[in-house]
Amino acid sequence: MAERVLVKGTEAIGEAAVRAGCRLFFGYPITPQNELPEYMSKRMPEVGGSFLQTESEVATINMVYGAACTGRRVMTSTSSPGFSLMQEGVSYMAGAELPAVLVNVVRGGPGLGDIQPAQGDYWQATKGGGHGDYKLIVLAPSTLQEAVDLIGLAFDLADEYRNPVIVLADGVIGQIMEPVTFPEFRDPDTLPKHDSWALQGAVGREKHVVTSFDIDPVVLEKMNFELVDKFERIESKEKRWEEYKLDDADVVITSFGTIGRISKSVVEKAREEGIKVGLFRPITLWPFPYERLEEIVKGKKLVLDVEMNMGQMLEDVKLAVKDNAPIAFYKRMGGMVPTPEEILNALKMELGR
Amino acid sequence: MTTRIIFAGFGGQGVMLMGQILSLAGMLEGKHVTWMPSYGPEMRGGTANCTVVMSDEEVASPVTEKAEVVVAMNIPSLLKFQDDVIPNGFLFINQSVIDRDSNRTDINVIKVPCNEIADELGNLKVSNMAMLGAVVGGTDIVSTDNLFKALEKKLGSKASMIEINKQAVMKGYELAKASLVK
Repeated sequence: MAERVLVKGTEAIGEAAVRAGCRLFFGYPITPQNELPEYMSKRMPEVGGSFLQTESEVATINMVYGAACTGRRVMTSTSSPGFSLMQEGVSYMAGAELPAVLVNVVRGGPGLGDIQPAQGDYWQATKGGGHGDYKLIVLAPSTLQEAVDLIGLAFDLADEYRNPVIVLADGVIGQIMEPVTFPEFRDPDTLPKHDSWALQGAVGREKHVVTSFDIDPVVLEKMNFELVDKFERIESKEKRWEEYKLDDADVVITSFGTIGRISKSVVEKAREEGIKVGLFRPITLWPFPYERLEEIVKGKKLVLDVEMNMGQMLEDVKLAVKDNAPIAFYKRMGGMVPTPEEILNALKMELGR
Repeated sequence: MTTRIIFAGFGGQGVMLMGQILSLAGMLEGKHVTWMPSYGPEMRGGTANCTVVMSDEEVASPVTEKAEVVVAMNIPSLLKFQDDVIPNGFLFINQSVIDRDSNRTDINVIKVPCNEIADELGNLKVSNMAMLGAVVGGTDIVSTDNLFKALEKKLGSKASMIEINKQAVMKGYELAKASLVK
């Protein structure tokens, strides 16, 4: 068995990217994810890759855009305000169908907010933070091992669908330490080459064009339809979630990321008090597992959605649950992380206990 | 079994390192473990704390309201966290800095003169290791074997410091054992 190592979340994500074959990293510092670019600045030269600290997030995302045009595995990481600055480039990349992995270690907002953990970028990530019709695949890890695993998946999905993939973490995932087992190193030479479209030198072949632009609306609409087809393909194939102790549950907690794992403690504590609670945790925030959640909540007494934002995933939960069960919501914001005890109290209030 | 430990003190007292070494020792012992720091501007000369959760099962929440063990390295930490100790839990007080008693009577309070122990050994920097030794002596949460292994791993690049750190750990360890017997 591979060795378990105790690592910080940001470093776990960085090492996982290196092992997935990422050899290009561009970034600009912002708390709480600074250890990630720092790690990559040390690691990239060791594996023959390139690390570049840019002058701004706008420069970063456009360098990622350029690098992704070559079909090589490229990543950047940032935190909320930084990701907002990147949105124009993200929209361009989605339009140009470019694979890349974007890590957002979410902090308190809006605006400058603070540097503590939050989940207020759910809408930005899942509903499109930039302009135009596009979707990003959004993966939300709740443990460091899952973060490591999802980084590998993120690169694979980005390659498979030629689409940017977000790994949506938060300050807790970024800053905690936990033992993880890293996967084996992928050999960059064995990864998808993207010869059919990538810009890797045009000598002896037809020219390739990578663009999100066409002045002719007839042609652009055709590009839009092709994108929509792709998004529908992703929706039908890539929904992922975790179910925890749902079989005999009267109450379903829905939560993602860090709150997803904190909710597991709530499930345990509630069961100690005789309240049968289970957890439904979406792992892909887009595509959101609507159908499965709808199926699960039928006949349940209560669905309690818990988030570190004003109720963003709550809208998707409502779309899934419909009128199959009553929905309650518990929130913390501004960088406050709820404890299991606090969520359990909120749950008991809702149940009138 | 799950044990939650809060380490708290001034930035610079080695609070984060104590938690990291204990976490590493827990991992070497085959346990599940998380280490969660407070982070932000308050770390510069203000208070710093970290929460370690160690369990036989996968750790669900890395954050907690209550703790089986609280380690207070300074007065603000004592005031902030002493009420979070569960009944019959442990409160470790850095006696060198904290000149008062806890208000709790339903828990085990162990006072550790961290600075005096470190001073006696000739290096004030190891005062946090005296405390860490006391925590392990008081709670037996990990073996001293694994604690030493973790210490060596963490201080690998400062090999010359390992021996004195171990001595500090053992002083704290024995002091905690002795105070439990009383």
